[in-house]
Amino acid sequence: MSIIDDLIIHSPALIVAIPLLGAFLTPLISKINDKIRNIFVIFIVFLTSAIVLLLANDIYAVCGKIHTYVFGGSSAVTQGGFAIRILFEVDGLNIFMALIATILAISGVIYSWAFMKENTGLDKYYTLYLLMIAGMFGMILTGDMFNFFVFLEITSIASCALIAFWTNKGKAVDAGFKYIVISATGALFILFAVAILYGQYNALNMAVLASKIQFSFLDKIALVVLITGLAMKAGIVPMHMWLPDAYGRAPASVTLILVGVTQASLYGALRMIFTVYGGSLTNTLNQIGDINLDLNLLLGIFIVALALLTIFIGVLMALKENNFKRMIAFAAVAEIGYMILAIGAALTTVFSATDTGTGVMALKGGLFHILNDALDVGLLFLVAGAVYYATKETSLNKLGGLARNMKYTTIFFLIGLLAVSGMPPMNGFASKLIIYESTYQVNPILSIIAILCSILLLAVFVKVFHSAFLGPKQPKFDDVKEVPKSMLLAMGIIACIIIFIGLFPDIVVNNIVEPAVNALTNHSNYINNVIGGI
Amino acid sequence: MIYNIPYIAVVALILIGLYAIIFKRNLIKIVIGIVLIESGVNLFLITLAFKQDSVAPIYRGSGSRIMSLPVPHALTLTSIVIGVAVLALMLSLIIHIYKHYKTLDASKIGGEKE
Repeated sequence: MSIIDDLIIHSPALIVAIPLLGAFLTPLISKINDKIRNIFVIFIVFLTSAIVLLLANDIYAVCGKIHTYVFGGSSAVTQGGFAIRILFEVDGLNIFMALIATILAISGVIYSWAFMKENTGLDKYYTLYLLMIAGMFGMILTGDMFNFFVFLEITSIASCALIAFWTNKGKAVDAGFKYIVISATGALFILFAVAILYGQYNALNMAVLASKIQFSFLDKIALVVLITGLAMKAGIVPMHMWLPDAYGRAPASVTLILVGVTQASLYGALRMIFTVYGGSLTNTLNQIGDINLDLNLLLGIFIVALALLTIFIGVLMALKENNFKRMIAFAAVAEIGYMILAIGAALTTVFSATDTGTGVMALKGGLFHILNDALDVGLLFLVAGAVYYATKETSLNKLGGLARNMKYTTIFFLIGLLAVSGMPPMNGFASKLIIYESTYQVNPILSIIAILCSILLLAVFVKVFHSAFLGPKQPKFDDVKEVPKSMLLAMGIIACIIIFIGLFPDIVVNNIVEPAVNALTNHSNYINNVIGGI
Repeated sequence: MIYNIPYIAVVALILIGLYAIIFKRNLIKIVIGIVLIESGVNLFLITLAFKQDSVAPIYRGSGSRIMSLPVPHALTLTSIVIGVAVLALMLSLIIHIYKHYKTLDASKIGGEKE
């Protein structure tokens, strides 16, 4: 057996362990030299990414393959039938999310090199940064409910400290406090739900739970509590108020990873709804009085309503916002709305027997949009960070005429603008088109609202483009220079991927998104593969 | 009935904690609310593990008596450790907030112009 095979077998553990180890080595290495530390951190992230790619290669080689890694044993269930071993499992959906996290982590760490150069306390910054990346990968890869909670808390603690990294600004500390209150409460909700499920089924393993779940009254309570907790972390209206502050006040490189963390929470919600509860949502009718209600329909309509609210509030708040990064943050809220709109639309149809592919298509659009949103919003945040780096100015009213001095940044902003508002030929167009098409079949009004809000989003960003980059020359920005190469490189990586996905969406959909959708909808395959059919 | 009292306490703790988080303005009280929810959830986990007449799950000296389930105890320990970290972080943020704004009233924080 070669080393590569060994690496692949142990890769789920290594993907979390390497950044974790790197995080604790970083303070030691920064005693030597700042430059060596930066190189070390970049090396750690690249090593992790290489292992993710190896694993992805292995997963995509066989259709429907699930890679299970059990800690401290060979099988998920101990002698006597206790399903208490911690395990990581990687299927199409997990590896899809891990690839997104990889792209964000690489560009974030390259961007940090120049962006954070003038700050002190960078050893702590990089330590927390790697911890956040490790926590994010952990949330994505774990197959154990309690483990999910632990990684969620690791990510929350690290990201809260990073949001408040600029403690000399009162607003940053305020944003950090808001974030930790919301995420601590959300995480405790999740733990409560995990306890309810454990009390009934004596299992913490997602696959075992999925095979045993009865959908009793307590399970319904647990589902509601779980979704509430994860929605808090994902920034869905009405629990979105932490998001603009946290995204807006954190350093741009941190915001990029925060976007990934939000997506990871969304992944958690998907996993709970589709895999853990997937089998029992199908045919459970809920009787209220004389009316029989299909539960998946009820849940789907509820999620769609939340999604529309999220899109609306995000776009409207973005219209009136004057702070560059906060405005993008509100746009990010709206983008999250699009994903859960697709997920809700999928929920209403995907389980019913009469479904003719609408549900699967909506799910495809939603998952594809998770990838595209992470890239688009991430790129915009990086551009906003670059503008801040060059001008030390965040208010849109005071910016202007930057295109003269910062031509590459302007081009990157233009790419991000077109992508986030769903204009061809960027990637946002491809996924939003799938979402419009599938929601139209569920209900035409949904897609009309979605298109309308997308156009409003374009209006928002055209306004920003005009006020920040175009316009008359401003004497105070005469000596503004283009940002350093590392920041341009980070933005360039994301922009290239955006254009590539925009030009060849079918390649990405067929090779990456399709396996993820299959992993979500085919939950019996998941159960059989992970626990071997108990 | 007597065995339901812990569950009633759990619900009461969580509701009081939520009330404090949502309606209280003082940051310290918000933190207390979070700690209350955490205690409620931990109590819930511990209660789940308990069975009538059971003893702590330590093999030495327990003889053949029923032991309570050790897994929720392990979960609770982990959750307590995480809770301490979150609590310390929140309190340190409050110290910074107080340095900036000289107040702990949530409605007076973060409203300044940049």
